[in-house]
This record gives sequence, structure tokens and C-alpha cells, in this order.
Amino acid sequence: MSLWTRIANVFRADRLSSEIDEELESHLAEAIEQGRDPAEARRAFGATLRTREECRDFRMLGWLDSLRKDSIFGWRQLKKRKVTSAVAVLSLGLAIGACTSAFRLIDALLLRPLPVASPEQLYAVAREKDGITGDSWAYPAFLQMRAAVKGDAELLAVSDALPLDVTFRSDEEMEKATVQYVSGWMFGSFGLHPAAGRLLTGEDDVTPGAHPYAVLSFDYWSRRFGRDPHVVGRSFHMGEQIYEIVGVGPEPFTGTETGAVTDIFLPATMHAGAVHDDWTWHRTLARVRPGAAMEPLRAKLDATSRAFEEERSKGFTGMSREAIRQFLDLRVILTPAAAGASGLQQNYRTALIAIGVLVAMVLLIACANVANLMTAQAASRAREMALRVSIGAGRGRLLQLVLVESAWLAFLSAGLGATLSWWSAPFVVSRISRPGNPVRLAMPADWRVLAFGIGLALAVTLLFGLAPALRASKVNPASALRGAGGPHSRRRLMHGLIAVQVAFCFLVLFMAGLFATTFDHLSNRPMGFSAERVLTLDTVAQRAQPQVYWDQVAEHLRAMPGVETVALAGWALLADGGWNGFVSVNGAPPGPDFGYFMKVSPGWIDAMKVSLIEGRDFRPDDATPGAAIVNETFVRQFLHGERAVGTAIAKGELAFRIVGVVRDLPYRNLREAILPVIYVPFRSDEPTRQGTFVVRTASANPLALASMLRREVPRARPEFRVSTVRSEAELVNGQTIRERLVAMLALFFAAVALLLAGIGLYGVLDYSVLQRRREIGIRMAVGAQAGDIARRVTADVFGMVLAGAAAGLALGIAFARYVAALLYQVKPTDVAMLALPAVLLLAGALIAALPAVIHAVRIDPGTMLRQAE
Amino acid sequence: MPKSDSLQGSLDLLVLKILSRRTRLHGYAIMTTIKDWSGEVLHAEEGSLYPALHRMEEAGWIKAQWIVKDSGRRARIYELTAAGKKQLETEESRWEAVTSAVNRVLGTV
Repeated sequence: MSLWTRIANVFRADRLSSEIDEELESHLAEAIEQGRDPAEARRAFGATLRTREECRDFRMLGWLDSLRKDSIFGWRQLKKRKVTSAVAVLSLGLAIGACTSAFRLIDALLLRPLPVASPEQLYAVAREKDGITGDSWAYPAFLQMRAAVKGDAELLAVSDALPLDVTFRSDEEMEKATVQYVSGWMFGSFGLHPAAGRLLTGEDDVTPGAHPYAVLSFDYWSRRFGRDPHVVGRSFHMGEQIYEIVGVGPEPFTGTETGAVTDIFLPATMHAGAVHDDWTWHRTLARVRPGAAMEPLRAKLDATSRAFEEERSKGFTGMSREAIRQFLDLRVILTPAAAGASGLQQNYRTALIAIGVLVAMVLLIACANVANLMTAQAASRAREMALRVSIGAGRGRLLQLVLVESAWLAFLSAGLGATLSWWSAPFVVSRISRPGNPVRLAMPADWRVLAFGIGLALAVTLLFGLAPALRASKVNPASALRGAGGPHSRRRLMHGLIAVQVAFCFLVLFMAGLFATTFDHLSNRPMGFSAERVLTLDTVAQRAQPQVYWDQVAEHLRAMPGVETVALAGWALLADGGWNGFVSVNGAPPGPDFGYFMKVSPGWIDAMKVSLIEGRDFRPDDATPGAAIVNETFVRQFLHGERAVGTAIAKGELAFRIVGVVRDLPYRNLREAILPVIYVPFRSDEPTRQGTFVVRTASANPLALASMLRREVPRARPEFRVSTVRSEAELVNGQTIRERLVAMLALFFAAVALLLAGIGLYGVLDYSVLQRRREIGIRMAVGAQAGDIARRVTADVFGMVLAGAAAGLALGIAFARYVAALLYQVKPTDVAMLALPAVLLLAGALIAALPAVIHAVRIDPGTMLRQAE
Repeated sequence: MPKSDSLQGSLDLLVLKILSRRTRLHGYAIMTTIKDWSGEVLHAEEGSLYPALHRMEEAGWIKAQWIVKDSGRRARIYELTAAGKKQLETEESRWEAVTSAVNRVLGTV
């Protein structure tokens, strides 16, 4: 027999006992049969019960058996108090579920290493100035840096994963695929093996434009082609280029951009920007040789990058030396990128961590509640505990008894929490997807999540169970059995927990207030344009098309029913497009600041309802270069408020004359300060391959026209295809997704926190009234007034509430610094921001205190004093 | 009458030895055999015998089995296992060593 049978015997303890009993009985029967006197035989045998226990102890694991007994007992205790147990499990379950979801998201986005060989060797290379980090690089600069650090690190160029238009068969069947340009040698460096065909190599990534080869991701191969092995060797169009599919990547690898799943990998040299030293379009990852020193590596990259930019700045005609020096003043930094690198990470890192902290607070509040519940219950069970001690139970055993009960609560809650996070983590992911750019995060329920869940449940058990268990095990049998006992120390513990709860609750309310105000400010900020009823049609052609064709399509769309106006723009406003450059005014050398450009057609101002405050809109014959319209910020920043119309400006070779000034409107996102923008005519001598039709419709729901307009574009000119249709309102909402989500979650958890803290306060007050009912009875008998009683009952608890609120305030102000990046036009130290949670908290506390106070003043001194304890 | 204390840790040895000679004994028979074979000098008490039997069973030295006796009562009988035989040898040689050492001490005085 072995440990295993001793474990197994624990679960057949009753049968084991009866077997031993039977054996002992048969012994006695045998003795009597042999002629011994039954009474004498029994006496000689001694205590059969003790013998049985001793035998049993050899046959099974004693501690496991006591654990089993305690868990059965604990389960019965929980069932006895169904309502309180249910409330405890629900509140803990909600909090644990929220924490687990937060962990799953943080893990998936920030911690989980990429499925490549030695991911810990990966670093992201970025440039930093005054705390602002930029991680886009120009390919020629990348090549120089790669050569400079050869031997110490392998550099990899990886672009964003972009939804682009690809065509596998005829032009009619253009579809979206997520494309990532990567260095050909990336696959080998990552130690990846193809699932079919071959992967790209360094030789596929040498000469710009000369390697039309593509590798599909396993995910895309399965989804789009049903894992058809014959897909290798097929080709597809993208823009004017034809690519040949050479292979399929391994199953777990979905690209280096966490949050997006790449469909097609292309060699970096196939990107149009690969030959331009002023196009920054890709990230740079460094795979550092193990043991290589980081600082010399960083310095080498820094020097190379600076030399490249210095060389490039020699081409900046007429710029002042000071301006160039400011432009060059960037520092290269290396940050660990084992979990990949993506904009989603940058965007959501702080937000996720902030939400994680909030839900941890809610969990602590829930724990404090349950701890108070257990403490109050331990009080009513003091006699039971005393009895157990006096018949020989050790302190350890009592500790175990109470802790096992806590563990029941914790594991039931963890089960509920797991169910909750199963649903809620993917829900959050679905909420952060932007139109046309879905977020896909791998969140398998694997050992990482399991370990986190079990660890959390254990931690929670100790958090709320240990203090009451220690207290219960310290019971003094003599005084407890007599009915005395000091409730004061117990009350001190409960009051302390109330203060902690209030502090955390204040913090959660305060943060929620900040996030909600941020969202409110952001969504109600003056836009400068009207997104309502506007539909945007991103349109592409196989080859660049002359302006007359674009105009023909616009003309055709204008004639459609339900269409009010149609204009053309380089891209839809707030849809990630951007184009910047140095601007010279009146022939003077350009300064260090960028001007931001956008191509629009005549009528765009009107279609977007942007107000023209000076000058005129473009005319049909205005072209780039030629006329320009600027915004107010441009006038302020570049012209110092001087008269704008008629001023000559230039971007390099392109010369413009300002013909109008429009009101400020956002350029690429709603959070940043208004940028100086120069609108230039869409029309130019060069043919254009892509543009966006901006259609103001007559119907309140512009998307109703989407499919009709999508069909009409190629009907007007067969060269054109609509790749994406979005309403401008969608794009505006897409800008505030993070703020909306953070505000929504924070408000939800603030409500939960307030509710839980209220329940906790109510429970503690009610308990203390119950404890002090004799004292209250006596006070009333000798003439205390109701007000006096109410004050006595609530005084110390309200002291605790105030102390907790003060601590929460300090915590809140300290914590707000870490989330400053998430806030928009909100100051954490605003009186209103601090007063709101305080008022809410006090109101909540008053409501929670009311039932206990009513209970206290309704105590009838006569009955109470007659009633024996 | 000597108490079980007089067994001085030799209970395991006695039980194993008895079971090596006579197999398939129940607890009462083991007890009486100890008494008989020791010339009524040694007496194992039930309160010590049964825990010892269960301990040895757990250790894998002996194994037990329920049989139905002619009287219709069930009895739990024990027999030695291979591991038990080895254990018996160890215990015996240890006992020899201890007694001879004790005897040497007694002889020198």
C-alpha cells in the first residue's frame, strides 16, 4: 500500500471505519467463543473507539481527512446562511472575474511572448525627444543601422499590419487582407518553419521592387483557402503589382503586431517607401545577440541614425541651423519587445493597467466585506469554537476550519469569475476594434490564466479569511463559554476594514469621475465640422487615373437619389491619413515645425460643413501646386496672425498662394492639440490612384446608401473600386473608443464599489448595534435621546469613513499622475473632481447607516433588559 | 502478569514471525499465539495489536483479507507478503544485535 491508498482511503473513510469496527467486533466474538466472560473481554479490550481511531490514522492521511471533514462542515455552514453566502460569492465572483479579464487582456497584449525562438532577445528601436517616442523609421536609415550593428544584433523592419485591397482572380473580386511588410530574414531569425511551400529569406529582400513574393499566415490560409496546398504558386494583385505566393507560415505565428493578425507577409523592399529617405513607415525590431552589451549597441544605433538624418538635412534648403539642430535632437532608445510591438499596445497600455488597478480595488473592497462578514460570524460562533478548543482541538485545526470555509467562498467565486471572464475579455476586445481595423488578440485559456486564477483565489482566501481565522483560533474557552468576550477588538478590526474599503472606494469613484469627464469633454468638444449624414468612400484604381475620371465619378454620384453633395479628399477625415512637411512662408527659410497637408476638392468645405472665415473655397481649375486654404492655427503659428489670404507658402518645390482661411478642425485625432493644416487642391497634373469620395446624404442613416454607392462607383468608371465605406460619424466615434470603454468600465466598477462599500458599512453597523443592544437599552432606560443613541452608534464608524476618504484622496491624487496620458482637459486636482466622489461616498454611507440607526433607536429598553443574554 | 510494555518494541517482530510460521491468522489468533508461544509471559493488548496490524498492512509487510467463518461471522485474516519476509529478516537480525549487546553489558558487570 502506498500514499495513494492512504489518499483513497480518505474518501472511503466511513467504510474503513466500519471495517475496523467489524474486525474489532469479530475479535471480541472470537474471545467470547473461546469461553471468556463477555464483560471481562470487553473490559480487557479497552476503548474500542480509540483503537479504531488509531488504526484509521495508519490507514489514511490524517491531514487530508481533517481537510475533507472541514470542507464538508464548511459547505454546510455556507448552505446554512444561503443569502449571505450568495452575496459574498456574487460580489467576490464579479471582482475576481473582472481581475481575471483584466489579466487576460494585459497578458495577451503586453506580456505573452511571441511564438518565436528566444523572444526575450527582441527589442523595439525607437526615437525619443522630451518624453515623446516615435517608432517609425525610413528604410534607408534602417539599412545603415543594420550594417552598423551587424554581429551584435540583427535588425528587422516590420510595417504596421494594414488592411489593403488584394485581388486573387478578376478585378470584380477585390477583397481586404491584412498585409505586413517584413524583412525577408525575419522568418529565419525567428526560427520559423513553413507549414507549406517556403518562407521568405534574406535573398527575397535585397533590391527594392524586385521580389514579388508573398507568404500567407496559417490563419489566413485556413480561413480563406481551407488549407489548400495548391495555393502555393498562385498569384494575386495588389495595386499595380502581381505577387506570387511562395508558402505558408507556421500555425502560431500571426505577425509581430500584437492585436492584429497578419494575413499576408511581403518583403519590406516591396514597400513603395523602401527607396525614400523621408518616408517613415516601419518599426525596427532588434534581435540582440545573447550577452551583447545594450548601451554600446544603443549608442551605435543612435550615432548611425543621427548621421543619416544629418546627411538628409543637408537637402533641407534654406532651413536655419537652429531649426535643423532641433530637428536632429532625438535619442534612440531600445525597449524590450518580447510580446511584439504595436500601436494597440501603446494606445492601451496605460488604460488597461488603470482598469486593472480599479478592478483590483474592487476585489479588495469585496474581500474586506467578506472578511467583516466572517468576523461577525466568528463572533456568533465563539461558543462553538470554545467548545472545540475545550475538547482538544488545536489552534491549527481551528485556523484550518475557518480558512477552509473561506476557501470554499473563494473557489466558488473563482468559478463564477472564470465564467464571467470567459465572456467579458472577448467582449472588451470586440469593443476596441475600430471600423475597418478589427482587433484580434490571442487569449487562450491556458496555464497562465489558470495559474493566475488559482493564485488569485488563494490570495483572496488569505486576504479575507486569515484575520477572522486567527481571531477565531485565539478564542479563550473559559470566558467564551461563560458568555463573556471582548467584542471591542473585533469591532476594531471591522472598523479598520471599513476605512480601507472607503479609501479604495473613493479612489475608484475618483478615477471613474476623471475618465467619465474625459470622455464627456472629448465627445462634446467643438468639432469644427459636421459628421452627420456624411458617408466616406475610400476608392482605389489599379493604375493612377487622371482628374477628369475622378470628376466623372463624382458627377455620377451627385445624380444619385438621396445624395446632397459629393466632394473628393485625399482620405477621410480622422481616418489615420496624414502628410506633413516643412513650410516656408513668403520665401523665408522653413522653421523646425511641421505643417500638415490634406488634399481636398472644391466643395469639400461645404460637404463637411466647415466654416470659411476668410477668402474663398477652391475653384474647379485650382490645382496642386497653386492655391491653398489654411486653418486658424496655421495663421496663428506660421503667419503670427498676419493677413493670410494672398500669402505665398511652399513645401519644398511645391508653391502655393493662400486663397482662404477655415476654422480649426481636428486633423488625425481628437486628443491632440489642433495642428497647423494646409488644405491643397485634390487636382494635380499627376494622375491619382486613390482618394476618398465624401458624400453628404439626405438620410439620417447614411450607411443605408453604402451598398448602392459602392456599386455605382465602378459603374461610373470601370477603373475604380470602392475599398472601404464608412460613415464619418463612425470615424468620429472610433476616435473615442478607448475613452468610451475606459469611462464605461470605470463607471460600472465605481457603481459596484459603492454598492459593496455600502453593503459592508451596513453590515458592520448592524452588527455593532446587535452587539451593543443591552448597552443601548440601558442608556435609553436612563433617558438617552434618540439623537444621542444614533450619534453613539455611528460616531466611530463615520470617523473611519472620513479617515478612509482622506486616505483615498491622497491615493487618488498620487495615482492620477500615472494616468495623465488618458485624460483630456481634466485636472485631477479640480475641486469638482474631488468633491463629487466625496459627496457620493457620504451619501452612500448615510443610506447604508440608516437601517442600523433605525434599528438602534427602536430598541425597547424594557424587553432588552429583561431578556437574558 | 507482564504488561504489553514488556514487548519493548518487539511486537512487529513477533507478529511477523508468527505469520511466517502460520499463515492466515486473524487478530485474536495472533494475540493468543503470542501468549501461548511465549509460555504465557508475553501478552499483546488489543489496543496495541490492532493499530500495529494496520500500520504493518499500510507498510505493505502483511496483507489482509475478509473470510466468512463456519459460524457465519466474517473475520479479517492476515498473511505475510514478500516485503514482510524481508522486514522479518531485518527485524530478527536487529533483535539479535540488540539482545547480544544487552547480554554483553550484563556479562561485564
